[in-house]
Amino acid sequence: METTLGTPTASAITFFFLIVALTLAVTYWAARRTRSTREFYAAGRSVSALQNGFALAGDYMSAASFLGIAGLVALRGYDGMIYATGWLVGWPALMFLVAEPLRNLGKYTFADVVAYRLRQTPVRIASAIGGILTVLFYTIAQMVGSGNLIMLMFGLSYEISVVLVGATMLAYVLFGGMIATTWVQIIKAVLLLAGVSLLTGLVLAEFQFSPGALYAAVVEQYGQAALEPGGLVTNPLDAVSLGLALMLGVLGLPHILMRFYTVPDARAARLSVLYATGLIGYFYIIIPLVGFGAAALVGRDVIAGIDAGGNMAAPLVAEQLGGTPFLGFIAAVAFATILAVVAGLTLAGASALSHDIYVSVVKKGQATEREQVRVARWATVVFGALAVLLGVVFKGQNVAFMVGLAFAIACSANFPALLLSIVWRRFTTAAAVASILSGATLAVGLIVLSPTVWVDVLGYPSALFGLRNPAIVSMTVAFLVGIGVSLATREPRAATMFDEEKLRTYLGVGAE
Amino acid sequence: MKRSVEEMLASAEFRHLVARRWRVSIALTVALFVTYYGFILLVALDRTLLAQRIGEVTTLGIPLGVSVILVSWVLTAVYVVWANRSYDAEVARLRQLLRE
Repeated sequence: METTLGTPTASAITFFFLIVALTLAVTYWAARRTRSTREFYAAGRSVSALQNGFALAGDYMSAASFLGIAGLVALRGYDGMIYATGWLVGWPALMFLVAEPLRNLGKYTFADVVAYRLRQTPVRIASAIGGILTVLFYTIAQMVGSGNLIMLMFGLSYEISVVLVGATMLAYVLFGGMIATTWVQIIKAVLLLAGVSLLTGLVLAEFQFSPGALYAAVVEQYGQAALEPGGLVTNPLDAVSLGLALMLGVLGLPHILMRFYTVPDARAARLSVLYATGLIGYFYIIIPLVGFGAAALVGRDVIAGIDAGGNMAAPLVAEQLGGTPFLGFIAAVAFATILAVVAGLTLAGASALSHDIYVSVVKKGQATEREQVRVARWATVVFGALAVLLGVVFKGQNVAFMVGLAFAIACSANFPALLLSIVWRRFTTAAAVASILSGATLAVGLIVLSPTVWVDVLGYPSALFGLRNPAIVSMTVAFLVGIGVSLATREPRAATMFDEEKLRTYLGVGAE
Repeated sequence: MKRSVEEMLASAEFRHLVARRWRVSIALTVALFVTYYGFILLVALDRTLLAQRIGEVTTLGIPLGVSVILVSWVLTAVYVVWANRSYDAEVARLRQLLRE
């Protein structure tokens, strides 16, 4: 099959500029409304539940899941579908365990909640370390992925692609803050869902709108094995550990948690999770159909020939069914997807640097509004530049392990401290710090010793730690450390404040 | 009779509200774990079951995978309906009772 993939076509460039122009126009409009810290970090708490639902979905549905899962299904069949289910199950857990207390207790970052009744300085520093590590690894994965992607789609060089993403994303966050970032997410979510729905419709139209006929075409070419579980999940312990990281990692992703402060109250926070779960669930249900369609219509050899990981499966089937203009549209949507996710991550990283470290620790909360917004913008520049730099440095690295790492740190460092601080009266400052630091260290350390890095990246014959994802060990240890240190230390003030905090946690009294 | 913060915290109604909230949350979290890990362990331990055909070529694994996503969404919806109907009403009532 002839493809124009990798050469910039008129339609791809047109769609690309349309999307960038639209999002920059939104940024310009938002910039005039972004003066206070409340507006910069939390969009003035004026985002509606439905808007936030789309924005959460936009923050979460990355190009990795769009192109990656379609590719995995195209090349490996049913195993790709198993992967898709894991990406959704964190959302209900987020709702049941932390969404409302988080909204009622916090101000701008999840560290506000962890530090609420504990000693500010040590807890803020530890939470910022956990938060920034998570966001940083997630950002590197997105940057490296986007560099490769844009290189493949538009034929630009890797470095130029990374700088392009960095510069556009910086414009959104720097000038428009959370208001612009939210609208960029909404636009992206709508484009992505519409694009993938249309693509799914075109695929199914080839098979008289019958998924059964599509599966039959796949089986005819690749055998019944394409619809059966293969080798992806063989070791149950590994599967459970990965599942834990995927499920509970969502509860520790700073850029997701931060979104709860953009809505007016806990009720809106709750509704926005329901909308987001619906949108993301729909996305993960239809994306395997695109993957199967690519396998049946384009062929595995062609897909793997262009990119061994299968990442180009969705664009290729788009080109086959809708011609070059549709390929251009899908390519531009993928680009918008990357931009939006990186913008959300950058805002979360910048808020940890400025709100948690500079304002709360360095200035002890004594900073004027003007100063806070100025620092937030500088932190954005620092974090954005870092993202571009690391994107270039990590060129050619395996992206999947970095996403795995981000989720492992999120569920080991951030989630245990967050949950314990919400539910347990006895929780102390020393315990929070110890739990965050041990969770983060263990997650990073064990991934380095695992087959993913020790064997695949460093080339040693066998791994020192057997599991590909350390969550089951590192998260358990973080919980045990948090509980153990709390029992060994005493903090009467924190316990007294916990009682008053309950009024705010459960009744929303005094919530911002 | 308006209540002070201490009286509210000590009241049976407030304690019940908090206890009920966590009972619902934990029950739904357990249901979620059973659904997801049930599926994953089935994939890991009983591959032949998922490979069973239910249509001409369609395997049982496909609807099962889709239903994990659907069940997750339904559980989320159950929580929202419960919270909007029952929890919020009680929260509003207790807040009324609180002295400013």
